[in-house]
Amino acid sequence: MPDATGLELIANDLRDQDDDGVLATVFFREKAMLIVNAPFVPTALEHLRAMGYSFMASVHGVDYFPEEPRLGVHYELLDMHAVDRITVKTRVHTEDPHVPSASIAWPTANHQEREIYDMFGVIFDDHPDLRRILMPDDYEGYPQRRDFPVGGEPVLFTHNETKSPGWWH
Amino acid sequence: MQDDFRARQLRARDMLRGDLELPEIEKMVEESIMTTTLDKAVNWARSNSLFPATFGLACCAIEMMSMVAARLDAARFGFEAFRATPRQADLLILSGRVSIKMAPVIRRIYDQMLEPKWAIAMGACSSSMGVFNNYAIVPADKFMPVDVHVPGCPPRPEALMHGILKLRKQIQADPDQGWRARYGGEGTEELLPDADTYAAAINVPGGEEGQGA
Repeated sequence: MPDATGLELIANDLRDQDDDGVLATVFFREKAMLIVNAPFVPTALEHLRAMGYSFMASVHGVDYFPEEPRLGVHYELLDMHAVDRITVKTRVHTEDPHVPSASIAWPTANHQEREIYDMFGVIFDDHPDLRRILMPDDYEGYPQRRDFPVGGEPVLFTHNETKSPGWWH
Repeated sequence: MQDDFRARQLRARDMLRGDLELPEIEKMVEESIMTTTLDKAVNWARSNSLFPATFGLACCAIEMMSMVAARLDAARFGFEAFRATPRQADLLILSGRVSIKMAPVIRRIYDQMLEPKWAIAMGACSSSMGVFNNYAIVPADKFMPVDVHVPGCPPRPEALMHGILKLRKQIQADPDQGWRARYGGEGTEELLPDADTYAAAINVPGGEEGQGA
């Protein structure tokens, strides 16, 4: 991991490229995180790749309901030589959930961005094939958003009964 | 007992030689012939040679596999021949959770099976969605007729065996108890929808290309 100072150095390098790009840095439990503006994500990722963080381990979607902006996208990068990790995070509103796609520069992001689109409704601009990946194509809604109903069938548990119906004896 | 067997052997020999008198022939026929209805005989044969489709959905499939392995040995009851195509199978075991994306596929496999056919919903997920009681899973009853539900998460192989033996008993007594007709579960087989279109494709003599060759 870059330590807290190293993280600030990276953030300063990135701020040289764009003043408003990096919103904050977080160093929590020995883990370095860069919080960036959504349009700045590809620049930040390319800069980190040039520094050696050349393996994109994972892309996650997050719903921060009820905070705003609600939707988050996390990119986990790994430096395989230094065994060093860094996280890039961005947040977007549900009304305008646009994030530039990383899947042209990082092919592994292709399916993971499709999954985030499927589950959270984040739209990745310039993604080569932005379709649903897990749910059926005609599915409506984004099921991993926290205001999405859980669905399924109601289940009757015994602890919901006010008095013993007696059927389990 | 052994003497009895020997006596019957000798009587059979005598009959073949034409040495038996009428009362003895009548007695022999009484002993060696069993009468039944054709329906019962057919159901008996069907119930003892169910061919399940080779079809696993999730973790329950592991238990389904161990049901045919040496310890429980479903071959004792004639269920061991898992067929690799729904056209040859007559039992569909839904062994696992059915997602709403998989449901149309399973329905199609069920429709491709030929009558008579039966279905077992194995485990909590395919019967009542189990622990995956959410937006992604659909219970089997919502899209196809199910004969036997086997509860458990996953059911032990013994439980599945019990379910299959229940199904066997059901087939022997009354194949579908009329519920298939009540729920519109009859006549769903998917045959070739347009034989003329497919004749050339599957190289059947009588298709235009077939005649040319």
